[in-house]
Amino acid sequence: MQSQKETKNCTCTCSCNDDTDYYALDEILAEYKDMQGNLIIILQKAQEIYGYLSREVIRHISQVTGYTQAKIYGVATFYTQFRLAPIGKNLIMLCQGTACHVNGSKDIEEAICSELNIQDGETTEDGLFTLNNVACLGCCSLAPVMMISSSEGEETYGKLTKDSVKEILKKIKAEAEK
Amino acid sequence: MSQNYMIINGEKVPYTDERNILEVVRKAGIDLPTFCYYSDLSIYGACRMCIVEDNRGGIITSCSTPPKNGMEIKTNTPKLHKHRKLILKLLLSSHCRECTTCSKSGDCRLQDLARRFGIQQIKFDKTQKAYKDEYTIDRSSPSITRDPNKCIQCGDCVRMCSENQNVGAIDFALRGYELMVCPAFDDPIAETDCVNCGQCAAVCPTAAIVVNNQVEEAWKAIYDKNKRVVVQIAPAVRVALGEEFDLPPGESVMPLIVAAMRKIGFDEIYDTSFSADLTVIEESNEFLEKLKSGAKLPLFTSCCPGWIKYVENRHPDLLPQISSCKSPMGMFSSVFKEYASKPENKMDDRETFVIAIMPCTAKKYEASREEFKTNGKVDGKYDTDLVLTTQELANMIWEAGVEFNELVPEASDMPFGMYSGAGVIFGVTGGVTEAVIRRLVPTKDHTTFNNITYSGVRGLEGVKVFEIPYGDRTLKLAVVSGLKNTEELIQKVKSGEEHYDFIEVMACPTGCIGGGGQPQSSRETKTLRAQGLYSTDKMTRIKHSDANPIIEPIYKDIIKDKAHELLHVHYNHK
Repeated sequence: MQSQKETKNCTCTCSCNDDTDYYALDEILAEYKDMQGNLIIILQKAQEIYGYLSREVIRHISQVTGYTQAKIYGVATFYTQFRLAPIGKNLIMLCQGTACHVNGSKDIEEAICSELNIQDGETTEDGLFTLNNVACLGCCSLAPVMMISSSEGEETYGKLTKDSVKEILKKIKAEAEK
Repeated sequence: MSQNYMIINGEKVPYTDERNILEVVRKAGIDLPTFCYYSDLSIYGACRMCIVEDNRGGIITSCSTPPKNGMEIKTNTPKLHKHRKLILKLLLSSHCRECTTCSKSGDCRLQDLARRFGIQQIKFDKTQKAYKDEYTIDRSSPSITRDPNKCIQCGDCVRMCSENQNVGAIDFALRGYELMVCPAFDDPIAETDCVNCGQCAAVCPTAAIVVNNQVEEAWKAIYDKNKRVVVQIAPAVRVALGEEFDLPPGESVMPLIVAAMRKIGFDEIYDTSFSADLTVIEESNEFLEKLKSGAKLPLFTSCCPGWIKYVENRHPDLLPQISSCKSPMGMFSSVFKEYASKPENKMDDRETFVIAIMPCTAKKYEASREEFKTNGKVDGKYDTDLVLTTQELANMIWEAGVEFNELVPEASDMPFGMYSGAGVIFGVTGGVTEAVIRRLVPTKDHTTFNNITYSGVRGLEGVKVFEIPYGDRTLKLAVVSGLKNTEELIQKVKSGEEHYDFIEVMACPTGCIGGGGQPQSSRETKTLRAQGLYSTDKMTRIKHSDANPIIEPIYKDIIKDKAHELLHVHYNHK
């Protein structure tokens, strides 16, 4: 009876079907396991490794550190820096600070949303872009401004217009297709 | 040393070891309102209702401030009055206020304080989008129902679950206006490590977490002409139900419960204390066998379904050391259904429907486990068809219009209503162990039983450790209640720091008298409930399980060679 349940289609939340590679995370955990107030730093490092905090990663951290999953979920949802879903190859951080707001960041957001067919916080179907509205990026002289972060590094684009932002996105798309 | 005192509203109030101003104020006869203060939990200071004003006009939360000698405070000033009302209005502004159809109506602290403070108008109303009704109600658990729309974020459940129960199935998530209490990933509670103990519901001031209400199913069974509705009542129910009818806490109202249930229409009314006697016999036999054969000890008790789930989640390696005995509820149901399946015990063609009245929410979960279909191999039915908590039984009595306090006491039915004092004390932490010791001691007289009382087995402490002589050796026993205490003890056992022969575990602090299905209660009330069970034991002529006169015929005529099947269980843990 039990063996029937142990098929790969099983939807249970135990770790038997988990094929995540925890090698890098385990090193982090070993380093910070016994430090007081270690949870945020562990989550930050885990997100650096995996790009986001998956159920599996949170469960693994819970098993090693002893923090309950509910607690970790609570911390991960409290801070906007943590992501619980995978992000696209390019993370668009669109500034919504005061200067950008005054200079029309809402129009820029609309342009991005219509170009990519996503809303704030969402990822395109092809996994190329994720859009995140952020508070001030700290370069108000460039308002309205956005930052695009990818494996190549981070790039800042300033003095955006509806047209220029579409051009930028098209260019990244074209390069990705090469 | 001179006496310490505080000046509360101009009056001198002496204090000794009170941990905070709140306790001193309450001692002085002023009921400061609170949502988030429980003496058994850590101090949180979230609700701000317990504020007091010091002599410089400063406002402090009395729950989180220790008393100081000569300190002057006031509990009722214009400032405090205004603040408390504002806090209540803000809480109510984002709270689902459909009180008439709320399961907690009449028993809700928010409703109660709103009435006490005469709140009749909320300026911050629905039109300002403060009212929450967007959350779906989580009905995944057989034991509890979660309705985040009714949560006031006092954090009582979160602290109970992690601090006292070491489970931590729920916690705060998100922040600001979005803040809510939920399991990780907002999963259904049934898919988490929740052990179904219901202690969260036992401290929730509103209906954000309540016991899964199955009263309708009970009415359906009672109204069904084709059902023989048999009910078993757990020991701890009798010393708590009376509180719902303004009777003094701890008073055993079993004869009134029986009378009320007959009026309601239950066909046969029995006592789970009877099958507790069966558990004592089976469990002590198992213990003695393990002692003799040199099997790995300690033997852990198995009556508590919250504890069983906890072991499965956290310590599956200990499962072989858990007694194979079913809980008294499980034993009752399988033995009764075996009995009722015999043609000579069938009064007619009606189908037997066993309802268990329990102080416990986890029993609802236990009853729904696949392992408990002993007699249902043919028809697929569970041994226990329905579990109602003490609170739900009170609801039925109200609904039926039975004047509980006016009833003429009645006795339960025979033969399954016969029990020993050992069976009835199962409802309090240490009871199972005391019952087992009574069976193990060679002399069964008054003095011996009285001495057991003083062995260290009694008392509501979370961990009790003591020794008793047995033959030429000394047995080391532990009694633990509350899963946090249990975890600490298990760690000591696993590390080899301590060794015990027998460990009784009850998931709820103080045992079943403090179960999640009982009326909400303070520590004092629980103490009175424990006394109630012990005095019932005192008033029982039969003190130990073997002496229960129906046990022998039941083994001979019903159980026969099916003891393993009817009385024992092996959990199919994955």
